[in-house]
Amino acid sequence: MPRGFTHVLNSSTLQPGELQLKVDNLHLSFGGVQALRGVSLEVRQSEIAAIIGPNGAGKTSLLNCISGLYRPQNGRIHFYNNNQEYELTRLKPYQIARLGIARSFQNIELFKHMTVLDNLMLGRHVHLKANIFTGGLYWGPAQREEIDNRRFLEDIIDLLEIEAIRKKPVGTLAYGLQKRVELGRALALQPSLLILDEPMAGMNAEEKEDMARFILDVNEEHGVTVIIIEHDMGVVMDISDHVIVLDFGAKIGDGTPDEVQRNPDVIRAYLGEEHNILQ
Amino acid sequence: MESGIFHTTYESDMALRRTPLMRLRLILVIAAALIFPFLANGYQLTLANQIGITAIGAIGLNILTGFTGQISLGQGAFMAVGAYSSGLLAARLGMPWWLTLPFSCIITAVVGAIFGIPSLRLKGLYLAIATLAAQQIIEWLITHWTVLTGGVEALVVPTPTLFGIRMNDDFNFYWIMLLLLSATTLFAVNLFRTKIGRAFIAIRDQDIAAEVMGVNTFQYKLLAFATSSFFVGLSGALVAQYRNIVNYERFTIETSILYLAVIIIGGLGSVSGSIYGSVFMVLLPAILTNLGRALGGVIPGMSRLIPFIQQGVFGITIILFLIFEPEGLAKIWRDIKDYFRLWPFSY
Repeated sequence: MPRGFTHVLNSSTLQPGELQLKVDNLHLSFGGVQALRGVSLEVRQSEIAAIIGPNGAGKTSLLNCISGLYRPQNGRIHFYNNNQEYELTRLKPYQIARLGIARSFQNIELFKHMTVLDNLMLGRHVHLKANIFTGGLYWGPAQREEIDNRRFLEDIIDLLEIEAIRKKPVGTLAYGLQKRVELGRALALQPSLLILDEPMAGMNAEEKEDMARFILDVNEEHGVTVIIIEHDMGVVMDISDHVIVLDFGAKIGDGTPDEVQRNPDVIRAYLGEEHNILQ
Repeated sequence: MESGIFHTTYESDMALRRTPLMRLRLILVIAAALIFPFLANGYQLTLANQIGITAIGAIGLNILTGFTGQISLGQGAFMAVGAYSSGLLAARLGMPWWLTLPFSCIITAVVGAIFGIPSLRLKGLYLAIATLAAQQIIEWLITHWTVLTGGVEALVVPTPTLFGIRMNDDFNFYWIMLLLLSATTLFAVNLFRTKIGRAFIAIRDQDIAAEVMGVNTFQYKLLAFATSSFFVGLSGALVAQYRNIVNYERFTIETSILYLAVIIIGGLGSVSGSIYGSVFMVLLPAILTNLGRALGGVIPGMSRLIPFIQQGVFGITIILFLIFEPEGLAKIWRDIKDYFRLWPFSY
């Protein structure tokens, strides 16, 4: 089987640059509110794609459609891995996770009574094989599995520099660290596609730099494709290869950071109409 | 005072008893449990057996409510399923008592899983009401399906014997109880440090994140209902075999609430807490009764008041625990251990 990346943190079988995710004419509405109106986009293997847009533009709704939490009324989401094409709008969230699509949330959604290690280990869920009997017995296959996966997690702990807190319950950790643990939990899945919903929201400059460094590490060393929602334009323009702009549920811009910055529609969405200001 | 324990393998780092002191404490507890029946009188043994049976049921309920976050008011009914299964299999089919235990556990697990189906859509208090329906439906079936259960009449269970020895006298039953309680405890503790148990806790803490990380939440909720009911059924079956008699009145909604109190006082989401809670809830009424009897000579009319005082103290205890230590006896015990571990530098 051809594999672009042999690194453990990446479970995608595509070569860099191949089409990985294709969102096709997505419509989503809640009652009378149209959250997404005909959004189409493409994401290629190993790029960092940023989705930006004003509040309420439908960014998180789009991610929720990709991870199966929302079911769009119309449109298709195609995902490519293992030489196969999957249609994500027909799958349940846990089935989508098995394809290697991992994500973090805008408001931290960690298991707050569990330790950092247990949170990361839950990220390994789809790779673990213990059942109720071997688990209850522990000694034997379940213990071997726990130790093997612990070894795997220690690499992620190393990467994210969270050695000192591995046994702390996450509920007791500072906000910035919780965000980092949430990234770790997504990485533990060995993502083929990593989706991050505002991973730097509410962070100070130093924490943002750390987080940007981790995302770049994961992308450059391990070749993981990243879709990121972020409001800090400095960060977005610095780290992303591809920027998609949403406004009122529709796509108004798509291209490299430079192209998007020059796009008049995008400027209008962010700064308002010029003549409106003058009048 | 320890300066630090440094593990050099993941195996020792992940062990249940990580330090020599912890292992010593476990050995002492086991030794005490083994010596106890030779020193105790009949009354104390009866209490110990009650504690053991309650603890198995409480661990079962804690798996569902404390660990998976699915509130259940059907505990009494599920115990009834276990008790009636065991009693009927022994009384009607002549099955040996020890063989009825696994059968009644499995029957209760299936019934529990069926009544867990509403958990697909319902959470929290709404699910509690749905399990309350389970309680009522099962109670109604038991009292009205007279041909099978004997209705409101008590079901007499043949005396359990092993090699001609009567097993439900206090001394002999103690060993059965101890064996099954140890197995239940070990199973539960191991479960929650491996895949399935971790998924249960994840569902309690953040069910949407669990689903997105690959946990089929509905399947796991049903599994939690089944696993929980398995042990609750065991607890019920033991009641049947120990008492020789099964009566639906022992398994009403009051029982369900009592068990919720046990795990709240012991500690939600704690296996050892389930045992502490059971000790507390069995001994408290016993102590109050004895106290009342002792005071009966001094204060006239005391014996009539005992039931009311018991109810009152029961209620006050729960309120006090909810206010001052919502994490229960397990947390108090943990705090005591931490205090002495750090003593005399406890800052």
